[in-house]
Amino acid sequence: MDLTQISSLARTIEKIKKSWYKFSKNPLSIAGATIVLIVICLAIFAPLVAPYPEHAGSFVNFDEASKPPGSKYLFGTDVFGRDILSRIFFGYRFSLVMGVVVISIAAPIGISLGLIAGYMKGTWVDTLIMRLTDIFVAVPPLVLALAVCSILTPSVFNAMMAVTLMWWPWYCRMVYGIASSLKNEFFVQAAEVTGSGKAHIIFREILPNCYGPIFTKISLDFGWVILIGSALSFVGLGAQPPTPDLGTMVADGGKYMPDQWWMAVFPAFAIMFIVFGFNILGDGIRDMLEVEEL
Amino acid sequence: MRFLKYFAKRLLHSIFVLLGLSVLVFVIARVIPGDPARMALGPRAPESVVQKFREELHLDKPIYIQYYYWIKGAIRGDFGRSLFTKRSVASDIKEFFPATLELMLFTGIVMSLLGIFLGVLSARYSNRWPDNLVRIISYMGVCTPAFVFAILFLLLFGYLLNILPTIGRLSPYITPPPVRTGLITIDSLIARNFPAFFDGIKHLIMPGIALALGPMAQEARITRSSMTDNLQRDFIALERSQAIPERRILTKYLMRISIIPTVSVLGLDFASQLGWAFLVELIFNWPGLSRYGINVMLNKDLNAIVAVIMVIGLMFLVVNIIVDIIVATLDPRIRLGAERSK
Amino acid sequence: MAGRLLEIKDLHVSFDVYGGSLKVLNGVNLYMEEGEKVGLVGETGCGKTTTAKAILKILPQPPARITKGQILFKNRDVLKMDAKELRAFHAHEVSMIFQDPTAALNPVFTIGAQLMDAIRYSSIEDGLSKKDVRQRAIQSLQDVALPDPERILENYPIQLSGGMRQRVCIAMALATRSRLLIADEPTTSLDVTIQDQVLRLLGALVTEKETSTILITHSLGLVREWTQRVYVMYAGFMVETAPTEELFERPLHPYTRGLLKAIPKLTGDGIAEGIPGRIPDYLRPPDGCRFHPRCPHVMSVCSREKPSFFYPEKDHLVACFLYRG
Repeated sequence: MDLTQISSLARTIEKIKKSWYKFSKNPLSIAGATIVLIVICLAIFAPLVAPYPEHAGSFVNFDEASKPPGSKYLFGTDVFGRDILSRIFFGYRFSLVMGVVVISIAAPIGISLGLIAGYMKGTWVDTLIMRLTDIFVAVPPLVLALAVCSILTPSVFNAMMAVTLMWWPWYCRMVYGIASSLKNEFFVQAAEVTGSGKAHIIFREILPNCYGPIFTKISLDFGWVILIGSALSFVGLGAQPPTPDLGTMVADGGKYMPDQWWMAVFPAFAIMFIVFGFNILGDGIRDMLEVEEL
Repeated sequence: MRFLKYFAKRLLHSIFVLLGLSVLVFVIARVIPGDPARMALGPRAPESVVQKFREELHLDKPIYIQYYYWIKGAIRGDFGRSLFTKRSVASDIKEFFPATLELMLFTGIVMSLLGIFLGVLSARYSNRWPDNLVRIISYMGVCTPAFVFAILFLLLFGYLLNILPTIGRLSPYITPPPVRTGLITIDSLIARNFPAFFDGIKHLIMPGIALALGPMAQEARITRSSMTDNLQRDFIALERSQAIPERRILTKYLMRISIIPTVSVLGLDFASQLGWAFLVELIFNWPGLSRYGINVMLNKDLNAIVAVIMVIGLMFLVVNIIVDIIVATLDPRIRLGAERSK
Repeated sequence: MAGRLLEIKDLHVSFDVYGGSLKVLNGVNLYMEEGEKVGLVGETGCGKTTTAKAILKILPQPPARITKGQILFKNRDVLKMDAKELRAFHAHEVSMIFQDPTAALNPVFTIGAQLMDAIRYSSIEDGLSKKDVRQRAIQSLQDVALPDPERILENYPIQLSGGMRQRVCIAMALATRSRLLIADEPTTSLDVTIQDQVLRLLGALVTEKETSTILITHSLGLVREWTQRVYVMYAGFMVETAPTEELFERPLHPYTRGLLKAIPKLTGDGIAEGIPGRIPDYLRPPDGCRFHPRCPHVMSVCSREKPSFFYPEKDHLVACFLYRG
């Protein structure tokens, strides 16, 4: 490594240390990170941690059906005799996977398109891309996802695809705003003048300035994606039985309200728990990186 | 004058977007595998009937011809026939739309008024207990999806405490007012049918508030931070030094500039709630557009799906334009389009 | 010396921030007589604006806190005034021109609304009708040489240029006919080409209305031209004060000397010298005299005790142990 690389590495490390210090000072952020960590562990180690891992699939035991929360089944059982707590753990798997899949596809696409459109602001490329995003954001996100999902065969995979489809425009727009405002900055013009290629400028000069908002958005988005995913399965357009998905569990449990309230309430709280965790975490990250209100 | 030009441009842009949306949805709807005509008529219908149906729906023609027919109809307000109810989609939508409109209006009013009110309260008692309480509640509000609130309300107020009705828009023992606007509350006021009015409100409370809580929390937070920010500004200090009464400063000078960010966000928040309304209407058996939408989606009723999306897109559009007008009225910097001074 | 116009005694102000509190003002002492034009100089961040806002009692508290001291205006302590007295104080006695006219004007209200409100509330006793207030507003805009005052009343701040906005602020400050005017760097945020114009205008108006003025600035040249007496401020306290010419001819405090040396001169060898070091961290300020870490003549007492004003001459005060006794 040459001297410039070493010094910029040192600066980055210093920045990371400072950011971490700030982050760790905020009890809410720590709480958020803890919640997220707990959920991730529950999800990964579900087969080991869940009291009744076999209940996660198409298990049936009518003797123990519809039992209220007790010492044997902490959150009670559903109409098929399955332990709700264990199913929640496995349900978290689907939630997290959905978050990962959706964001890892939507974000790169959206960010790339946003960068390109922002840098080429004023050209037909910009107009094309931004008009496209306009169309996608013209309806509430959930509605579009529902519509697409309903047209395809309901399944977890299709639900993920539908959500991804309506998610990328938001990354695109956010990055577009930053990129187009930076496009006239001196460092960009300097790079142009010295003959850097467009790709280099976009990805090596402009993109690093977007890291803060992008990172914050990703952590907040995890919560929202999980929410929308559970909304889709609530309606029946996502995961299908007997898959233990939090949304489907709430929907199934809803039929037996109010007497067997635990069937809907605990999965609902489980959803809230993880969304809450990601939200505080995202806020903490935003504070840490000192990003303005998105 | 510049103002009008700006809006003409926006309107044009929005129409273009709606058209693009229709193309998008249309294409997706027609591209799926399967035979809509066969699906509609069932497996036992004779092939000749199915074929005739196919021709009627232009399903045998290329996709752009199908779109052309669709647009022709749409402009006239005819969205085709529902593949399942066999009724005109347009009349179905007309039947269910007012219920959703009423719910969304209620939600909109609650979320904006209460949201701003709580935000002001929070800013006024900054860092004291009302502020902290509002902040904690807002946090939870923002994180919780509307349908969770809906279920909790149902459980608590509907079943446990049994003080609010859990189904529909009106209790069965109440005489509904004659239909004028389709909004039960307004119609009953017009007909001076007060029992119906109060009953209608009672039915609106749970679904409306479940939908309103999330955005309300958001509005409160934004209002609070906007107010506390502006309180530090020089123009407030100047006004104080000019012996202007504190009350006037807060209610007039601080207020108008502080709610601008809040109002700007209202449109987006309202729109996202249009999405959650789908679930909430389902939970409360609210006979609205969203529940109709869910049903047609589950039934793969293509004509209806496309129509519902267009109507929702249109609602979103109208709300955004209204919000933009309000913001431009409040903020001369936007209205006059002058260069932002650094 | 009965009834000095303004006397600030040992004013301490701190700001609560995330890591502790910034002790911005550390014992400010200042006095001025009626009719004087006083300059307040110091580098950016030394607490000039805070002092000004404290005098007017418009510091946002929190996060600001006035921890000690008195601000006596005609022998009445501003800090102890009740709401009614404060209102009268604001209406008739003091007004301020802020540094950035764009920040000082509420962007969503017309100039007319703000100007007329200022006039109306500073003269409630006069029982002016709406028409009278409007008349006065137009008059005040004409006084600051703004063309087409009626149209300006209907305009929003965004529609005016920077220079025009500052003139409006000057109009607002003078329309209320206060006894004391505090002008906080009134031209710093303006184009260089307009600065002179606006200053001349301000000077003329202040002379004509016989308003006592505190001119806050970081420009020594301006102060020399404009004021009769100067206060030099550093890191939250006054280091020296003297009649203007006296200060420039015989600067006593090491900081003042450094400041004057820093001005490039046309005569002599023309090379300016800076003052080594930086302004202190207000979170953990140095003990004793806050200038001692940078002072070329520092003594052991300087890091232990805080200097108060010493009187080498009757009118020339220095807060420096070099001049003790």
